Amino acid sequence: MAKKRTETRTGSQTTATGPDPLLALLQQDGLTHPEQLAKALDTTAADVRDRVRRLEQDGAILGYRAIVDDEKLVGERVKAVIEVKMTPEREGGFDRVARRIAEFDEVHAVYLMSGRYDLLLFVEGRTLREVAFFVAERLAPLEGVTSTSTHFILRPYKQHGLVVHQRGASERMPVTP
Amino acid sequence: MTALPASGIREFFDLVRLAGSGPDARGRRLISLAIGEPDFDTPWHVREAAIWALEKGRTGYTPSLGLLPLRAAIADHVETETGVRYDPEREVLVTVGVSEGLDLALRAVVEPGDEVLHQDPCYVSYAPSILLLHGVPVAVPAAARDGFAFDPGGVERAITPRTRALLLNFPANPTGSTLGEDVGRELARSAERHDLTVIADEIYAELTYDEPARSFVSFPGMRERTILLRGFSKPFAMTGFRIGYACGPASLIDAMNKIHQYAMLCAPAIAQEAALEALRHGRQARLSMREQFRLRRNYLVRSLCDLGLGCHRPDGAFYAFPDITSTGLPSRTFALRLLQEQRVAVVPGGAFGAAGEGFVRCAYAAGLPQLEEAIARMREFLAAVKSTRRSP
Repeated sequence: MAKKRTETRTGSQTTATGPDPLLALLQQDGLTHPEQLAKALDTTAADVRDRVRRLEQDGAILGYRAIVDDEKLVGERVKAVIEVKMTPEREGGFDRVARRIAEFDEVHAVYLMSGRYDLLLFVEGRTLREVAFFVAERLAPLEGVTSTSTHFILRPYKQHGLVVHQRGASERMPVTP
Repeated sequence: MTALPASGIREFFDLVRLAGSGPDARGRRLISLAIGEPDFDTPWHVREAAIWALEKGRTGYTPSLGLLPLRAAIADHVETETGVRYDPEREVLVTVGVSEGLDLALRAVVEPGDEVLHQDPCYVSYAPSILLLHGVPVAVPAAARDGFAFDPGGVERAITPRTRALLLNFPANPTGSTLGEDVGRELARSAERHDLTVIADEIYAELTYDEPARSFVSFPGMRERTILLRGFSKPFAMTGFRIGYACGPASLIDAMNKIHQYAMLCAPAIAQEAALEALRHGRQARLSMREQFRLRRNYLVRSLCDLGLGCHRPDGAFYAFPDITSTGLPSRTFALRLLQEQRVAVVPGGAFGAAGEGFVRCAYAAGLPQLEEAIARMREFLAAVKSTRRSP
């Protein structure tokens, strides 16, 4: 598996100019050593470790993981986006069924949406058959689900905020005034 | 022309090119801290605006002062940043980078034999640009112990009846020093007392990290005698677009525009369209790049100090200027050996004037991982220098 760099998932939306530069640095590169972070943030490594622990405990940092280039993976993955129409329940609306859907391993993301459909799912499987099985046998029969529309992903151009293509070597001059 | 010395940076550029950018025997590639431009790509929306302008056929000449909507946006931006208002119809000139702006300003002001005071160390083109006009560049040294702030007493002592202009650069290349309140006020007093025109090169103005940059034009009485030069290259990572601007009293802008018309006609149309987009919608991208520079500055300055290379903490631009005298090496030798032995490029301080000797310029226009690697290699280099000094 091509490990490129780690990704930090945070609950709070932080921009580079936002209130917490530590989060911004970790979101750029979750592997940055506390010593280096401390120098950039003008503080001590102990303080950085402390703040990171607190962010983790508060659930602001949900985890760290490698961002991989699917095209370089040995085994192909099949990815699909599924639009789901539902009948909301009298109590709880979409929540109960949406949470149930979210528990499936095949489901990587679930969002309640405005517009023509109700839930948007990002689903992954090893084969087309596996994804089709999930839709036909797991998702569609769920109580409250009235219809599904599955779109298979053909090719990524940008994922996790990173543009997917080979960039040539920098053409910048090595010394400029 | 043969009497005009070639830029020290140019010489070093050739050496780096000779050393090659391929890996060394240990498989290590060149890390360049010798770059005087942001390493960020120009924000995409700005590049996209340039493509759009090209598609729309906006490829003709523009008014020589520059596109009026761009001049209006510049006037608004300058007012927000400095508190000083310029009339976009008569007091703003769009130039081909601040380089052209500086040349125009000097040509409009300097007569043969006139003396122009400037900081030392300073940007490499200042003295040659003055010499090309048969003017006399007068270097006023800034001392490391003052964080390379310009010494107003030194300026006052250097003034003679032939002194015509004061050329200021804040935040400064190569030292990153900014204009303090007291220094600014005293310089303004000198300018008034001796009736000097001031050329304020503030290309790095948007890149200050602890406090907002104080513009020289914001000091009382200075708007009337100052040509303010700013641009898009550094704040918006648009070096290759070559767009800068000059703001000043209409008489001076008019004189500059006369030369600009003969020499340049106008700045490139497509680049002007891109610059307008940068001012209209580029604030967030600009601030985001500035924040990255701030974190890198913190990292690099502390790391250099940890290595035992004394380094004042610059408040602006993207250069650290560490003191390397403890190595016993002249700055050129230091830079050359660091390049050959460790594949790290820095610029010898001597290239920026006599007062820059004993220092090197390290740009933090490189990502944290690269800075980290550069510091590790410099540590190895310093250990090697130390051991060779000990053994006779």
